[in-house]
Amino acid sequence: MAVREGLLALLHEGPRHGYQLKTEFEAATGGVWPLNVGQVYTTLDRLERDGLVGVADSDGQKIYSITIDGVSALGAWWEAAPADEPPPRDELMLKVLMAIERSTERGDAHALSVITHQRTVLHSMLQSKRRARSTEATSLAARLVTDALVVRAEADLRWLDLCESQLNGTTTRKARS
Amino acid sequence: MNEPVLELVDVVKTFGKGSTEVRALNGVDLDIAAAEFVAIMGPSGCGKSTLLHLAGGLEDVSSGRVRVAGRDLSDLGLVERAALRRTDIGFVFQRLNLLPSLTALENVALPLELEGMGRREAASRSVDALAAVGLTEQLSRYPDDFSGGQQQRIAIARAIVVERALILADEPTGALDTMTGDSVIELLSTLPGRFGTAVVLVTHEPRFASWADRVVFMRDGVVVDQTASTVPVSAAGAVT
Ligand SMILES: Nc1ncnc2c1ncn2[C@@H]1O[C@H](COP(=O)(O)OP(=O)(O)OP(=O)(O)O)[C@@H](O)[C@H]1O
Ligand SMILES: [Mg+2]
Repeated sequence: MAVREGLLALLHEGPRHGYQLKTEFEAATGGVWPLNVGQVYTTLDRLERDGLVGVADSDGQKIYSITIDGVSALGAWWEAAPADEPPPRDELMLKVLMAIERSTERGDAHALSVITHQRTVLHSMLQSKRRARSTEATSLAARLVTDALVVRAEADLRWLDLCESQLNGTTTRKARS
Repeated sequence: MNEPVLELVDVVKTFGKGSTEVRALNGVDLDIAAAEFVAIMGPSGCGKSTLLHLAGGLEDVSSGRVRVAGRDLSDLGLVERAALRRTDIGFVFQRLNLLPSLTALENVALPLELEGMGRREAASRSVDALAAVGLTEQLSRYPDDFSGGQQQRIAIARAIVVERALILADEPTGALDTMTGDSVIELLSTLPGRFGTAVVLVTHEPRFASWADRVVFMRDGVVVDQTASTVPVSAAGAVT
Protein backbone atom coordinates (compact mmCIF):
# COMPACT_ATOMS: atom_id res chain seq x y z
CA MET A 1 0.00 0.00 0.00
CA ALA A 2 1.09 3.52 -0.78
CA VAL A 3 0.24 5.01 2.63
CA ARG A 4 3.98 5.14 3.43
CA GLU A 5 4.69 7.25 0.40
CA GLY A 6 1.62 9.38 1.00
CA LEU A 7 2.91 10.26 4.45
CA LEU A 8 6.39 10.92 3.04
CA ALA A 9 4.88 13.29 0.47
CA LEU A 10 3.18 15.26 3.25
CA LEU A 11 6.35 15.33 5.35
CA HIS A 12 8.24 16.64 2.34
CA GLU A 13 6.22 19.84 2.81
CA GLY A 14 7.57 20.20 6.34
CA PRO A 15 7.64 18.49 9.77
CA ARG A 16 4.30 17.35 11.14
CA HIS A 17 2.65 15.62 14.10
CA GLY A 18 1.08 12.19 13.70
CA TYR A 19 -2.56 13.32 14.01
CA GLN A 20 -1.85 16.17 11.61
CA LEU A 21 -0.61 13.64 9.03
CA LYS A 22 -3.80 11.65 9.43
CA THR A 23 -6.00 14.72 8.85
CA GLU A 24 -4.00 16.00 5.89
CA PHE A 25 -3.82 12.56 4.27
CA GLU A 26 -7.60 12.20 4.45
CA ALA A 27 -8.22 15.70 3.10
CA ALA A 28 -5.82 15.18 0.21
CA THR A 29 -7.57 11.96 -0.78
CA GLY A 30 -11.03 13.49 -0.75
CA GLY A 31 -12.17 11.54 2.30
CA VAL A 32 -12.25 8.16 0.55
CA TRP A 33 -9.09 6.84 2.19
CA PRO A 34 -9.60 6.97 5.94
CA LEU A 35 -6.62 6.12 8.17
CA ASN A 36 -6.77 5.19 11.81
CA VAL A 37 -4.29 6.82 14.12
CA GLY A 38 -2.72 3.47 14.97
CA GLN A 39 -2.01 2.82 11.32
CA VAL A 40 -0.37 6.23 10.98
CA TYR A 41 1.95 5.63 13.94
CA THR A 42 2.85 2.08 12.87
CA THR A 43 3.72 3.39 9.42
CA LEU A 44 5.77 6.24 10.92
CA ASP A 45 7.63 3.74 13.14
CA ARG A 46 8.56 1.69 10.10
CA LEU A 47 9.60 4.76 8.15
CA GLU A 48 11.80 5.75 11.10
CA ARG A 49 13.25 2.25 11.34
CA ASP A 50 14.10 2.40 7.60
CA GLY A 51 15.76 5.77 8.05
CA LEU A 52 13.30 7.66 5.84
CA VAL A 53 11.84 9.74 8.66
CA GLY A 54 13.38 11.36 11.75
CA VAL A 55 11.59 12.05 15.04
CA ALA A 56 12.08 14.97 17.40
CA ASP A 57 10.34 16.00 20.61
CA SER A 58 8.35 19.21 20.59
CA ASP A 59 6.48 20.19 23.78
CA GLY A 60 6.21 16.54 24.76
CA GLN A 61 4.77 15.58 21.37
CA LYS A 62 6.58 13.69 18.66
CA ILE A 63 7.18 15.66 15.50
CA TYR A 64 8.23 13.86 12.34
CA SER A 65 10.37 15.08 9.46
CA ILE A 66 11.63 13.54 6.23
CA THR A 67 15.31 12.51 5.93
CA ILE A 68 17.58 12.73 2.87
CA ASP A 69 16.94 9.02 2.23
CA GLY A 70 13.22 9.71 2.60
CA VAL A 71 13.42 12.41 -0.05
CA SER A 72 15.08 10.05 -2.52
CA ALA A 73 12.63 7.22 -1.73
CA LEU A 74 9.80 9.67 -2.41
CA GLY A 75 11.47 10.78 -5.64
CA ALA A 76 11.67 7.17 -6.80
CA TRP A 77 8.00 6.66 -5.91
CA TRP A 78 6.76 9.60 -8.03
CA GLU A 79 8.49 7.97 -10.99
CA ALA A 80 7.72 4.28 -10.40
CA ALA A 81 4.83 2.58 -12.19
CA PRO A 82 1.81 2.29 -9.87
CA ALA A 83 1.76 -1.11 -8.22
CA ASP A 84 -1.95 -1.20 -7.52
CA GLU A 85 -3.65 -4.14 -6.00
CA PRO A 86 -6.46 -5.45 -8.20
CA PRO A 87 -9.54 -3.24 -7.83
CA PRO A 88 -12.07 -4.70 -5.38
CA ARG A 89 -14.73 -4.90 -8.05
CA ASP A 90 -12.77 -7.67 -9.69
CA GLU A 91 -15.47 -9.66 -8.01
CA LEU A 92 -17.41 -8.52 -11.08
CA MET A 93 -14.96 -10.30 -13.34
CA LEU A 94 -15.20 -13.47 -11.29
CA LYS A 95 -18.98 -13.31 -11.27
CA VAL A 96 -19.24 -12.93 -15.03
CA LEU A 97 -16.61 -15.54 -15.83
CA MET A 98 -18.30 -18.04 -13.50
CA ALA A 99 -21.69 -17.28 -15.03
CA ILE A 100 -20.27 -17.82 -18.51
CA GLU A 101 -18.75 -21.09 -17.35
CA ARG A 102 -22.11 -22.21 -16.05
CA SER A 103 -23.97 -21.12 -19.19
CA THR A 104 -21.49 -22.96 -21.38
CA GLU A 105 -22.03 -26.12 -19.31
CA ARG A 106 -25.79 -25.93 -19.28
CA GLY A 107 -26.45 -24.02 -22.50
CA ASP A 108 -28.65 -21.53 -20.62
CA ALA A 109 -28.90 -17.74 -20.64
CA HIS A 110 -27.65 -17.31 -17.08
CA ALA A 111 -24.55 -15.40 -18.20
CA LEU A 112 -26.56 -12.89 -20.22
CA SER A 113 -28.94 -12.25 -17.37
CA VAL A 114 -26.07 -11.81 -14.91
CA ILE A 115 -24.44 -9.31 -17.29
CA THR A 116 -27.73 -7.45 -17.77
CA HIS A 117 -28.31 -7.28 -14.05
CA GLN A 118 -24.76 -6.24 -13.16
CA ARG A 119 -24.93 -3.50 -15.76
CA THR A 120 -28.07 -2.12 -14.12
CA VAL A 121 -26.44 -2.34 -10.69
CA LEU A 122 -23.36 -0.45 -11.89
CA HIS A 123 -25.51 2.20 -13.52
CA SER A 124 -27.50 2.69 -10.33
CA MET A 125 -24.21 3.13 -8.50
CA LEU A 126 -23.04 5.68 -11.07
CA GLN A 127 -26.31 7.58 -10.69
CA SER A 128 -25.90 7.77 -6.93
CA LYS A 129 -22.30 8.94 -7.28
CA ARG A 130 -23.44 11.63 -9.67
CA ARG A 131 -26.18 12.72 -7.31
CA ALA A 132 -23.83 12.81 -4.35
CA ARG A 133 -21.42 14.88 -6.36
CA SER A 134 -23.94 17.38 -7.59
CA THR A 135 -25.59 17.93 -4.20
CA GLU A 136 -22.61 18.09 -1.84
CA ALA A 137 -20.29 21.06 -1.84
CA THR A 138 -17.08 19.20 -2.33
CA SER A 139 -13.36 19.77 -2.38
CA LEU A 140 -11.31 19.43 -5.55
CA ALA A 141 -9.84 16.20 -4.17
CA ALA A 142 -13.30 14.74 -3.52
CA ARG A 143 -14.47 15.68 -7.00
CA LEU A 144 -11.43 14.10 -8.61
CA VAL A 145 -11.95 10.94 -6.56
CA THR A 146 -15.58 10.78 -7.77
CA ASP A 147 -14.36 11.22 -11.33
CA ALA A 148 -11.97 8.31 -10.83
CA LEU A 149 -14.81 6.11 -9.56
CA VAL A 150 -17.05 7.14 -12.45
CA VAL A 151 -14.34 6.44 -15.00
CA ARG A 152 -13.63 3.02 -13.46
CA ALA A 153 -17.31 2.13 -13.48
CA GLU A 154 -17.35 3.16 -17.13
CA ALA A 155 -14.50 0.75 -17.79
CA ASP A 156 -16.41 -2.06 -16.05
CA LEU A 157 -19.51 -1.25 -18.07
CA ARG A 158 -17.56 -1.23 -21.30
CA TRP A 159 -16.14 -4.61 -20.35
CA LEU A 160 -19.67 -5.95 -19.70
CA ASP A 161 -20.69 -4.72 -23.17
CA LEU A 162 -17.75 -6.58 -24.68
CA CYS A 163 -18.62 -9.74 -22.73
CA GLU A 164 -22.18 -9.53 -23.95
CA SER A 165 -21.31 -9.00 -27.59
CA GLN A 166 -18.72 -11.79 -27.52
CA LEU A 167 -21.23 -14.06 -25.86
CA ASN A 168 -23.88 -13.20 -28.46
CA GLY A 169 -21.27 -13.85 -31.15
CA THR A 170 -20.51 -17.33 -29.85
CA THR A 171 -24.15 -18.28 -29.37
CA THR A 172 -25.13 -17.17 -32.88
CA ARG A 173 -22.15 -19.01 -34.32
CA LYS A 174 -23.23 -22.15 -32.49
CA ALA A 175 -26.82 -21.74 -33.60
CA ARG A 176 -25.76 -21.47 -37.22
CA SER A 177 -23.43 -24.42 -37.32
CA MET B 1 -53.38 12.65 -11.45
CA ASN B 2 -49.89 12.37 -12.91
CA GLU B 3 -50.38 11.11 -16.43
CA PRO B 4 -47.21 10.13 -18.26
CA VAL B 5 -45.96 12.66 -20.78
CA LEU B 6 -44.91 9.88 -23.09
CA GLU B 7 -46.50 6.46 -23.17
CA LEU B 8 -45.50 3.61 -25.48
CA VAL B 9 -47.69 0.51 -25.41
CA ASP B 10 -46.52 -2.67 -27.13
CA VAL B 11 -44.92 -0.67 -29.91
CA VAL B 12 -43.69 -2.57 -32.94
CA LYS B 13 -41.89 -0.93 -35.84
CA THR B 14 -40.80 -2.77 -38.95
CA PHE B 15 -38.97 -1.47 -41.99
CA GLY B 16 -39.15 -3.16 -45.37
CA LYS B 17 -41.17 -6.22 -46.32
CA GLY B 18 -40.82 -9.95 -46.68
CA SER B 19 -37.30 -11.34 -46.55
CA THR B 20 -35.78 -7.85 -46.12
CA GLU B 21 -38.04 -6.93 -43.20
CA VAL B 22 -36.24 -5.40 -40.21
CA ARG B 23 -37.98 -5.38 -36.86
CA ALA B 24 -36.49 -2.26 -35.28
CA LEU B 25 -38.86 -2.36 -32.30
CA ASN B 26 -40.44 -5.57 -31.13
CA GLY B 27 -42.99 -4.70 -28.46
CA VAL B 28 -41.76 -1.76 -26.39
CA ASP B 29 -43.64 -0.61 -23.31
CA LEU B 30 -42.37 2.59 -21.75
CA ASP B 31 -43.80 5.44 -19.66
CA ILE B 32 -42.02 8.72 -19.13
CA ALA B 33 -43.37 10.86 -16.30
CA ALA B 34 -43.70 14.63 -16.37
CA ALA B 35 -40.37 16.26 -15.50
CA GLU B 36 -38.56 12.96 -15.60
CA PHE B 37 -35.08 12.65 -17.11
CA VAL B 38 -34.63 9.23 -18.69
CA ALA B 39 -31.57 7.89 -20.49
CA ILE B 40 -31.87 5.12 -23.08
CA MET B 41 -28.88 2.89 -23.73
CA GLY B 42 -28.18 -0.18 -25.80
CA PRO B 43 -25.99 -1.52 -28.55
CA SER B 44 -25.99 -0.04 -32.03
CA GLY B 45 -29.05 -1.03 -34.01
CA CYS B 46 -31.18 -1.99 -30.96
CA GLY B 47 -33.80 0.61 -31.90
CA LYS B 48 -33.06 3.68 -29.77
CA SER B 49 -33.32 6.25 -32.54
CA THR B 50 -36.38 4.50 -33.96
CA LEU B 51 -38.02 4.81 -30.54
CA LEU B 52 -37.31 8.56 -30.43
CA HIS B 53 -38.61 9.05 -33.97
CA LEU B 54 -41.88 7.31 -33.09
CA ALA B 55 -42.17 9.22 -29.82
CA GLY B 56 -41.65 12.47 -31.70
CA GLY B 57 -44.24 11.59 -34.34
CA LEU B 58 -41.61 11.65 -37.09
CA GLU B 59 -42.64 8.14 -38.09
CA ASP B 60 -45.64 5.86 -37.67
CA VAL B 61 -45.80 2.72 -35.54
CA SER B 62 -46.42 -0.60 -37.30
CA SER B 63 -48.55 -1.62 -34.32
CA GLY B 64 -49.06 -0.53 -30.74
CA ARG B 65 -49.72 2.96 -29.42
CA VAL B 66 -47.74 6.13 -28.77
CA ARG B 67 -49.31 8.81 -26.58
CA VAL B 68 -47.73 12.20 -26.06
CA ALA B 69 -49.21 14.59 -23.51
CA GLY B 70 -52.32 12.42 -23.40
CA ARG B 71 -52.90 12.35 -27.15
CA ASP B 72 -52.65 9.21 -29.24
CA LEU B 73 -50.44 10.03 -32.21
CA SER B 74 -52.32 7.60 -34.47
CA ASP B 75 -55.49 9.64 -33.94
CA LEU B 76 -53.86 12.78 -35.27
CA GLY B 77 -53.69 13.86 -38.88
CA LEU B 78 -50.46 15.10 -40.39
CA VAL B 79 -51.25 18.72 -39.68
CA GLU B 80 -52.24 18.11 -36.07
CA ARG B 81 -49.18 16.01 -35.55
CA ALA B 82 -46.91 18.70 -36.96
CA ALA B 83 -48.58 21.17 -34.60
CA LEU B 84 -48.03 18.84 -31.63
CA ARG B 85 -44.38 18.55 -32.60
CA ARG B 86 -44.01 22.32 -32.70
CA THR B 87 -45.72 22.97 -29.41
CA ASP B 88 -45.00 19.95 -27.22
CA ILE B 89 -41.90 18.17 -28.44
CA GLY B 90 -38.36 19.46 -28.83
CA PHE B 91 -35.58 17.60 -30.62
CA VAL B 92 -31.83 17.76 -30.12
CA PHE B 93 -29.76 15.60 -32.45
CA GLN B 94 -26.09 14.72 -32.55
CA ARG B 95 -25.31 17.36 -35.19
CA LEU B 96 -26.90 19.64 -37.74
CA ASN B 97 -29.57 20.88 -35.39
CA LEU B 98 -29.37 24.44 -36.59
CA LEU B 99 -30.05 26.15 -39.88
CA PRO B 100 -26.68 27.46 -41.05
CA SER B 101 -28.20 30.43 -42.86
CA LEU B 102 -29.85 31.82 -39.70
CA THR B 103 -28.06 33.42 -36.75
CA ALA B 104 -28.13 31.77 -33.32
CA LEU B 105 -30.90 34.12 -32.24
CA GLU B 106 -32.94 33.55 -35.40
CA ASN B 107 -32.57 29.78 -35.04
CA VAL B 108 -34.02 29.92 -31.54
CA ALA B 109 -36.77 32.36 -32.56
CA LEU B 110 -37.87 30.25 -35.51
CA PRO B 111 -40.39 28.02 -33.68
CA LEU B 112 -41.98 31.11 -32.11
CA GLU B 113 -42.29 32.91 -35.43
CA LEU B 114 -43.80 29.78 -36.97
CA GLU B 115 -46.42 30.01 -34.23
CA GLY B 116 -47.17 33.51 -35.45
CA MET B 117 -45.46 35.44 -32.68
CA GLY B 118 -44.23 38.93 -33.57
CA ARG B 119 -40.56 39.33 -34.39
CA ARG B 120 -39.75 41.58 -31.47
CA GLU B 121 -41.33 39.38 -28.81
CA ALA B 122 -39.88 36.25 -30.38
CA ALA B 123 -36.42 37.81 -30.24
CA SER B 124 -36.76 38.84 -26.63
CA ARG B 125 -37.98 35.38 -25.59
CA SER B 126 -35.12 33.82 -27.53
CA VAL B 127 -32.58 35.98 -25.74
CA ASP B 128 -34.01 34.65 -22.45
CA ALA B 129 -33.83 31.03 -23.64
CA LEU B 130 -30.24 31.49 -24.76
CA ALA B 131 -29.38 33.04 -21.41
CA ALA B 132 -30.98 30.02 -19.71
CA VAL B 133 -28.45 27.77 -21.46
CA GLY B 134 -25.57 30.09 -20.63
CA LEU B 135 -25.23 32.02 -23.89
CA THR B 136 -25.46 35.77 -23.62
CA GLU B 137 -22.98 37.19 -26.11
CA GLN B 138 -22.73 37.67 -29.84
CA LEU B 139 -26.03 36.00 -30.53
CA SER B 140 -26.13 37.26 -34.09
CA ARG B 141 -23.27 35.04 -35.13
CA TYR B 142 -24.03 32.10 -37.41
CA PRO B 143 -23.95 28.51 -36.04
CA ASP B 144 -20.60 27.73 -37.71
CA ASP B 145 -18.97 30.43 -35.61
CA PHE B 146 -19.91 28.66 -32.36
CA SER B 147 -18.12 25.67 -30.86
CA GLY B 148 -19.79 22.25 -30.97
CA GLY B 149 -20.83 22.52 -27.32
CA GLN B 150 -22.25 26.00 -27.86
CA GLN B 151 -24.17 24.80 -30.92
CA GLN B 152 -25.79 22.10 -28.77
CA ARG B 153 -26.71 24.77 -26.22
CA ILE B 154 -28.35 26.80 -28.97
CA ALA B 155 -30.28 23.69 -30.04
CA ILE B 156 -31.40 23.19 -26.43
CA ALA B 157 -32.42 26.85 -26.21
CA ARG B 158 -34.55 26.33 -29.31
CA ALA B 159 -36.11 23.27 -27.68
CA ILE B 160 -37.05 25.17 -24.52
CA VAL B 161 -38.05 28.51 -26.04
CA VAL B 162 -41.55 27.09 -26.37
CA GLU B 163 -42.74 25.48 -23.13
CA ARG B 164 -42.59 21.87 -24.16
CA ALA B 165 -43.64 18.77 -22.30
CA LEU B 166 -40.96 16.60 -23.82
CA ILE B 167 -37.45 16.95 -25.17
CA LEU B 168 -35.99 14.09 -27.19
CA ALA B 169 -32.21 14.10 -27.50
CA ASP B 170 -30.45 11.56 -29.72
CA GLU B 171 -26.74 11.39 -28.82
CA PRO B 172 -26.46 15.15 -28.39
CA THR B 173 -22.92 14.70 -27.11
CA GLY B 174 -21.80 12.45 -29.95
CA ALA B 175 -19.55 15.10 -31.44
CA LEU B 176 -18.28 16.60 -28.17
CA ASP B 177 -15.34 15.94 -25.86
CA THR B 178 -15.98 14.58 -22.37
CA MET B 179 -15.94 17.86 -20.46
CA THR B 180 -18.10 19.68 -23.00
CA GLY B 181 -20.41 16.68 -23.17
CA ASP B 182 -20.70 16.67 -19.39
CA SER B 183 -21.75 20.31 -19.36
CA VAL B 184 -24.37 19.78 -22.08
CA ILE B 185 -25.86 16.81 -20.22
CA GLU B 186 -25.72 18.68 -16.94
CA LEU B 187 -27.70 21.44 -18.66
CA LEU B 188 -30.27 18.91 -19.97
CA SER B 189 -30.55 17.47 -16.46
CA THR B 190 -31.65 20.86 -15.11
CA LEU B 191 -34.55 21.26 -17.57
CA PRO B 192 -37.04 19.07 -15.68
CA GLY B 193 -36.54 21.05 -12.47
CA ARG B 194 -36.56 24.47 -14.14
CA PHE B 195 -39.24 24.04 -16.80
CA GLY B 196 -41.07 20.84 -15.91
CA THR B 197 -39.94 19.33 -19.19
CA ALA B 198 -39.39 15.59 -19.45
CA VAL B 199 -36.14 14.70 -21.19
CA VAL B 200 -35.37 11.46 -23.03
CA LEU B 201 -31.69 11.11 -23.80
CA VAL B 202 -30.18 8.44 -26.04
CA THR B 203 -26.51 7.93 -25.27
CA HIS B 204 -23.75 5.34 -25.48
CA GLU B 205 -21.84 6.89 -22.57
CA PRO B 206 -22.49 5.66 -19.02
CA ARG B 207 -21.16 8.92 -17.58
CA PHE B 208 -23.85 10.89 -19.42
CA ALA B 209 -26.57 8.38 -18.57
CA SER B 210 -25.64 8.76 -14.91
CA TRP B 211 -27.22 12.24 -14.85
CA ALA B 212 -30.62 10.71 -15.57
CA ASP B 213 -33.33 9.83 -13.04
CA ARG B 214 -33.68 6.46 -14.71
CA VAL B 215 -31.65 4.47 -17.23
CA VAL B 216 -33.52 2.17 -19.62
CA PHE B 217 -31.61 -0.60 -21.40
CA MET B 218 -32.64 -1.88 -24.81
CA ARG B 219 -31.53 -4.82 -26.87
CA ASP B 220 -32.87 -6.17 -30.17
CA GLY B 221 -35.89 -3.89 -30.21
CA VAL B 222 -37.08 -4.46 -26.66
CA VAL B 223 -36.50 -2.96 -23.21
CA VAL B 224 -34.51 -5.52 -21.22
CA ASP B 225 -33.93 -3.74 -17.92
CA GLN B 226 -33.91 -0.36 -16.18
CA THR B 227 -32.66 1.31 -13.04
CA ALA B 228 -35.16 2.47 -10.42
CA SER B 229 -36.34 6.02 -11.08
CA THR B 230 -35.30 8.70 -8.65
CA VAL B 231 -37.55 11.48 -9.86
CA PRO B 232 -37.48 14.15 -7.19
CA VAL B 233 -40.99 14.41 -5.81
CA SER B 234 -40.96 18.21 -6.03
CA ALA B 235 -40.05 18.21 -9.72
CA ALA B 236 -42.62 15.56 -10.61
CA GLY B 237 -45.28 17.40 -8.62
CA ALA B 238 -44.47 20.77 -10.17
CA VAL B 239 -46.25 19.96 -13.38
CA THR B 240 -49.77 18.77 -14.00
N1 LIG C 1 -35.52 4.01 -42.31
C1 LIG C 1 -35.09 2.76 -42.11
N2 LIG C 1 -35.17 1.82 -43.07
C2 LIG C 1 -34.75 0.56 -42.85
N3 LIG C 1 -34.22 0.13 -41.69
C3 LIG C 1 -34.10 1.01 -40.71
C4 LIG C 1 -34.52 2.38 -40.86
N4 LIG C 1 -34.27 3.02 -39.69
C5 LIG C 1 -33.71 2.11 -38.85
N5 LIG C 1 -33.62 0.90 -39.46
C6 LIG C 1 -33.11 -0.33 -38.85
O1 LIG C 1 -33.72 -0.50 -37.58
C7 LIG C 1 -32.81 -0.98 -36.62
C8 LIG C 1 -32.73 -0.02 -35.45
O2 LIG C 1 -32.13 1.19 -35.88
P1 LIG C 1 -31.91 2.44 -34.94
O3 LIG C 1 -31.38 3.54 -35.79
O4 LIG C 1 -33.15 2.70 -34.17
O5 LIG C 1 -30.78 1.91 -33.97
P2 LIG C 1 -30.01 2.67 -32.77
O6 LIG C 1 -30.25 1.91 -31.53
O7 LIG C 1 -30.37 4.11 -32.82
O8 LIG C 1 -28.48 2.47 -33.20
P3 LIG C 1 -27.22 3.47 -33.02
O9 LIG C 1 -26.79 3.33 -31.60
O10 LIG C 1 -26.20 2.91 -33.97
O11 LIG C 1 -27.66 4.85 -33.39
C9 LIG C 1 -31.50 -1.15 -37.36
O12 LIG C 1 -31.37 -2.48 -37.75
C10 LIG C 1 -31.63 -0.24 -38.55
O13 LIG C 1 -30.86 -0.70 -39.63
MG1 LIG D 1 -29.29 5.91 -33.23
